[in-house]
Amino acid sequence: MIAIIDYDVGNIAAVANMFQRLGLKCLMTHSADDILQAERIVLPGNGAFDECVRNLRSSGLIPVLEQRVLNDGIPLLGICVGAQMLGHSSEEGGESGLGWIDMTVSRLPAAKTLPVPHMGWCAVTLTQSENPLLSRLEPDARFYFAHSYYMKPKNSTEVLLAASYGLSFAAAVARGNIAGVQFHPEKSHRFGKQLFEGFARA
Amino acid sequence: MMQHARVIPCLLLRGNGLVKTKKFKDPVYVGDPVNAMRIFSDKEADEIVVLDIEATLQRREPNYELIHEMAGEAFMPMAYGGGVSRIDQVRRLIRCGIEKVVINSATIDAPNLIRESARIFGKQAIIGAIDVRKTLFGSYKVVTHAGTRDIVVELDQHINNLVSAGAGEIFLNNIDRDGMMAGYDLPLIRKVSASLQIPLIVCGGAGTKEHLIEAFQAGASAVAAGSMFVFHGKHRAVLISYHCGEKIEHKPL
Repeated sequence: MIAIIDYDVGNIAAVANMFQRLGLKCLMTHSADDILQAERIVLPGNGAFDECVRNLRSSGLIPVLEQRVLNDGIPLLGICVGAQMLGHSSEEGGESGLGWIDMTVSRLPAAKTLPVPHMGWCAVTLTQSENPLLSRLEPDARFYFAHSYYMKPKNSTEVLLAASYGLSFAAAVARGNIAGVQFHPEKSHRFGKQLFEGFARA
Repeated sequence: MMQHARVIPCLLLRGNGLVKTKKFKDPVYVGDPVNAMRIFSDKEADEIVVLDIEATLQRREPNYELIHEMAGEAFMPMAYGGGVSRIDQVRRLIRCGIEKVVINSATIDAPNLIRESARIFGKQAIIGAIDVRKTLFGSYKVVTHAGTRDIVVELDQHINNLVSAGAGEIFLNNIDRDGMMAGYDLPLIRKVSASLQIPLIVCGGAGTKEHLIEAFQAGASAVAAGSMFVFHGKHRAVLISYHCGEKIEHKPL
């Protein structure tokens, strides 16, 4: 079972909807018991960085997430701000992230022809091909992005997918069993389905 | 690097059916909303906007049940607008499975709604929508409540208000062009995009792929269209389509 962490941030029904359409068992939950049972964890996140961090902290779920992800080593996928929270901090706010991936989060530079938020479909380039998350992804994949901030991993080998919007940035990051995507696979048609299948079945 | 230009079907809800209007009048039934959503998703539409054209006028709640059912078919981002004037409605809509809430009339009636929604749900979840008409003197007049009410704020000022309140995108519709399929209001797009720092979605007038390209060249970040995707041929037979044979590539100027 895939546990989709429900800590009152944004549209998590869409994440569940895509897993269900793929015939994969998932549960939107804020129960530690469910997380203990889960084989995979999805950490969604929308909106402001601080708001997400505070909500996650007040949910009381961080210890059980640490146990499952850091000790038991089950796969975790962060989405959007859920991915950014895997880093140490963000320029968007003052709260500390989980620090599971060695990275910080910066604001996208604004330019006349590239308005921020970056909103829309963007092609991604594969930089690490052996990660199971990408095992089912077709070569010309593109994803839907909706963000004003981007992830900056210290270690370039932890960048899985790169995208470009004024500058080249990490569209997906991973360290061992922990991964995060800046885009929204749940709203990226067949490309998102391929990514979710890679995450769930690998 | 080329940006993939967003082409967005804009669907109008009236009761439990989809309609298409001309100049915001004469709604013609064009089909079942859930079925239409399934078709656009199968055709891999970039994104979709659904507007309930009666909710504000009838002072009623969004049709959450229907929106939830439509969202279940949408494997692309979905925005909803119509009758949204309170923060609890925004929350409930997002829980229905949509990404973006469109706020129009409430920008005047509930001026704090955008600010509060953007703070809680993020700017990317909030679209500030603006309907305009051209006056006899060639300037633009902002209207609300499905085109039935004039507001006194100037267009430029109104846009500034929405942006500073925290809207993540502007959805701009020229009512005079709605359903006419004769092309977007390009001078309006040029005027608004010239000073806008957030994405501009334009609506009203698309009839051909050339119209879409013209709108991008005039400065739109995304183009929305209704008639073009639901009518076929000169007799306007209802046929849902999404012209994505060759994607429009949009090179920032």
